[in-house]
Amino acid sequence: MICDETEILIHALTDNELDASHAREVEVHIATCPRCTAELNSYRQMREMMNKAELRFTAPASLRQRLDELLPKPAPAAPSNVTPLTGRRSVLRGFALGSAVSALAATLLVTVVMRQDDQQMIESEIVSSHLRSLQPGHLIDVVSTDQHTVKPWFNGKLDVSPPVIDLTAQGFTLIGGRLDYVNDRGIGAIVYKRRAHVINLFVAQTSNTAHKPAKMETIQGFNIRRWSDRGMNFWAVSDIGADELAEFGEKFEAAAQNNKEG
Amino acid sequence: MQSIIIGPGQGQWLAAGRAHADSATVGRAAMPANTTQHDPERARRFREAALPHLDDVYTLARYLLRDASDAEDAVQECYLRALKHFDTYRGPAMKPWLFAILRNVCRAEYARRAASPNAGIDDTAEAAEQTLWREEQQTPEAELLRERDASTIRRLVDTLAEPFKETFVLREINDLSYREIADAIGAPVGTVMSRLARARAMLRSAWLREQEQL
Repeated sequence: MICDETEILIHALTDNELDASHAREVEVHIATCPRCTAELNSYRQMREMMNKAELRFTAPASLRQRLDELLPKPAPAAPSNVTPLTGRRSVLRGFALGSAVSALAATLLVTVVMRQDDQQMIESEIVSSHLRSLQPGHLIDVVSTDQHTVKPWFNGKLDVSPPVIDLTAQGFTLIGGRLDYVNDRGIGAIVYKRRAHVINLFVAQTSNTAHKPAKMETIQGFNIRRWSDRGMNFWAVSDIGADELAEFGEKFEAAAQNNKEG
Repeated sequence: MQSIIIGPGQGQWLAAGRAHADSATVGRAAMPANTTQHDPERARRFREAALPHLDDVYTLARYLLRDASDAEDAVQECYLRALKHFDTYRGPAMKPWLFAILRNVCRAEYARRAASPNAGIDDTAEAAEQTLWREEQQTPEAELLRERDASTIRRLVDTLAEPFKETFVLREINDLSYREIADAIGAPVGTVMSRLARARAMLRSAWLREQEQL
């Protein structure tokens, strides 16, 4: 990786538009290059300043009213059995958008580094987060093997209360929790250990309350087991075998089910 | 599959829209589309899909046109056109689609301004509005600072050349992903990336010059 390439990719990095392996490659280059480090810092500062400044406009009420008069009158809303999550920001809200299939005559650089689709994008980021968590001092924000310590710790840090379940008896030791970021949004990570292996369980809110059965995938050698339940998306990531990770997921889901009923 | 209903009233509206594009005064005089026969279910779906993005569309219009009243007219025209083409909308993302329509509306407005010698931005009106906008705000010190930054950034963004400004606003202010920007402006993602890099570099040096002068 050279500076010229990095000059463009540094933006894709700060915008979270790189897949995990390229993000790492860029990060590795930046770490060894004072010039690119300075670039990255200065763009981060700029981003921070822009975030603080109120740059958006609000449509005037008169415009809203005019549109309401001009647009044809709507039929009354169809009865919906899904409780709307108004006022609560869905953590991964933005992910549902995008990926319009347009013929993108993108440069080779882009086709190589851009994420393939939204789902894969999230999973790449989840793997990145998992990798970052394995670096020294990054794994756990709250150290506890007690679910009654870990669960309340998340209060006020997330717009979701992740179920924290002690699976020690089932062979997966709860070792703590962590606040992580995926696509600039806070996401809860519950950390378990199986022998010497770390399992990160990421939990994010979703507006879809339907139960979605588990899917297993492998990205960069890591296994990911993904499922949805009661308005939350779960991703369990680890380097343990797919069968063991599946076992973890099943035990977690079973315990969550028991908690719900009990 | 919805059928497209063109009643007499709506035909008139279409004609009005065309006359608009010709004289290129966007918006205001368009016929209310609800005077015509319509499908309430389609209307509901359109409203639910498009109206939540009103602030976003208006924000982009403000940056592209640099004038509050032109922006309002452009947004109105954008929504009417979007409604007209709603049957051919194939998703999945509403926001980039609305932005693409808004861009076309703004193009027409640029053409009108270029053709009319007196159509430049009215700086006094802009200035007056800025003052008004300032007075509405709370004034603790941090707030003032933030506001000064905001108006400086807005001004600097305005000085960017059109394609760079547009890409920058879509990313930083409208919060679109690279792919959504590519869809909205009809350019490859590679172009989005290079424009964004250029825009940020230009904005950063403009900002630094500004700080030196303080």
